[in-house]
Amino acid sequence: MILYEILFSPFIDFTFMRRALVGAMALSLSACPIGVFLMLRRMSLTGDAMAHAILPGAAIGFLVSGLSLLPMTAGGVIAGLCVALLSGTVSRLTIQREDASLAGFYLVSLALGVLLISLKGTNIDLMHILFGTVLALNDNALKMITSISTITILTLAVIWRPLVAECLDPVFLGSISRIGSTVHFLFLTLVVVNLVGGFQALGTLLAVGLMMLPALSARLWCVKLESMCILAVVIGLISSYIGLLVSYHIGVASGPAIILTAGAAYTVALVTAPQGVVRSGFTPKRHRIA
Amino acid sequence: MTVPQFNLRDLTLGYEAHPAVHHLNGAFEAGSMTAVYGANGSGKSTLLKGLMGELKPLSGSIERFDLDTRDIAYLPQVREIDRSFPASVHDLVSLGLLRKTGFFAAVSKQQREEIATALAAVGLAGFERRPVGSLSGGQLQRSLFARVLLQNAKVILLDEPFSAIDSKTVSDLLSVINRWHFEQRTIIAVLHDADLIRSHFPDTLILAREPVAWGRSKDALKPENMLKARRMNEAWDENASWCNEGAA
Repeated sequence: MILYEILFSPFIDFTFMRRALVGAMALSLSACPIGVFLMLRRMSLTGDAMAHAILPGAAIGFLVSGLSLLPMTAGGVIAGLCVALLSGTVSRLTIQREDASLAGFYLVSLALGVLLISLKGTNIDLMHILFGTVLALNDNALKMITSISTITILTLAVIWRPLVAECLDPVFLGSISRIGSTVHFLFLTLVVVNLVGGFQALGTLLAVGLMMLPALSARLWCVKLESMCILAVVIGLISSYIGLLVSYHIGVASGPAIILTAGAAYTVALVTAPQGVVRSGFTPKRHRIA
Repeated sequence: MTVPQFNLRDLTLGYEAHPAVHHLNGAFEAGSMTAVYGANGSGKSTLLKGLMGELKPLSGSIERFDLDTRDIAYLPQVREIDRSFPASVHDLVSLGLLRKTGFFAAVSKQQREEIATALAAVGLAGFERRPVGSLSGGQLQRSLFARVLLQNAKVILLDEPFSAIDSKTVSDLLSVINRWHFEQRTIIAVLHDADLIRSHFPDTLILAREPVAWGRSKDALKPENMLKARRMNEAWDENASWCNEGAA
């Protein structure tokens, strides 16, 4: 019975815990595979930059209608897409690479966001947007997160093959089709949408953690892309569950608890996974004949 | 009786108004097999990009006869491929079928057999499940040739297919190219080895930004032309004066 008390009763006794679990798990389903692709495209930090870029949009939504879901979400998506589009365009038209132009635009965007919030809100509002409140997800927020998750998984399934081609051999894809840049932009849209979905629960900053940390762990365990995505999702789901339990029992903030659990999984992977630090560092005792 | 595949009229290709290929005239005939020879930076890869339609001419034109993008197969330089990406040889080679299957259909059983046949043809039978990252340079190049085989295209553009490849692999892949030539496909290959060109490629275009020579390989690769190709001024002159040729 004590196991039941520890593992299940928080979710059975309290609605807010159930909602938090559903929200975090739905996010894991879509954000973790996105994270795998970000990592493989050497864009691991892009998620972080995009999370900052969302801020002014969310802030305008907040200024117009306070802490309400739809305006802040729509604003966030629009701001994120603007920054993605602008930095992509600048990198295509000038000598500046995409990471540089993205840095420029997201920093401006972030400053603009903080300024906008300071016009009307308090530090508490800013904290809410930056770090989220997974324990205060209402029905509408959950519907939004689950919709985002569903749309993301479906879109990813549709663009899977061209996306893989674009990562693996972009020049070849360019030689047979003009679809490459469309796919790239669709993918960036998915990144933005998932971060916006995540900021309700985890805040704009921690949403990136749920996206990237499970992906980083999965890379160390798996060789194949498909298994990497699946493992990342599994790690995301387990981190959500354990993180919420820990936060409930010890009484610490739940968003950071979820991300720290994912961080612990990454540490475990670094130490024990086949491609982790320890096993990569040692020369194997035996070798094969071919 | 020769039919042109590409007709180049006073073609200038380049970047930011600086030419990489300067005032090139001539034609690649259908079913011809041409080597493009020249120093680094002489515009060889740029020319391939222009032929593919990926790069718009700064001036002049490229006329394509009876060609759609799907009729052109392109073999990129090996370094363009992200070998750390967790893909298998099957994933890489099956990209050659994308034009036929579209982006969404599954690879059918018959197509799996086509892939197996193509891999066997380049000496990689049974390599389908191997990760791309575990291949040697020669094996990767062989798998790229298998992908071109699957594309089954009228025109085949090869960008430095033999750089850093051992002689056994080169001779295997040359026999694949010879088969394409026999099948009347148009082949244009960027190459650095003049001896190899003389013994295997009927025609040669020598570039040094300006066209140096274009014709039968033994005539084109004369010592004075080779010298011109080597003496090319690679420097990028920011303030080079504007070219008036052809404008008048």
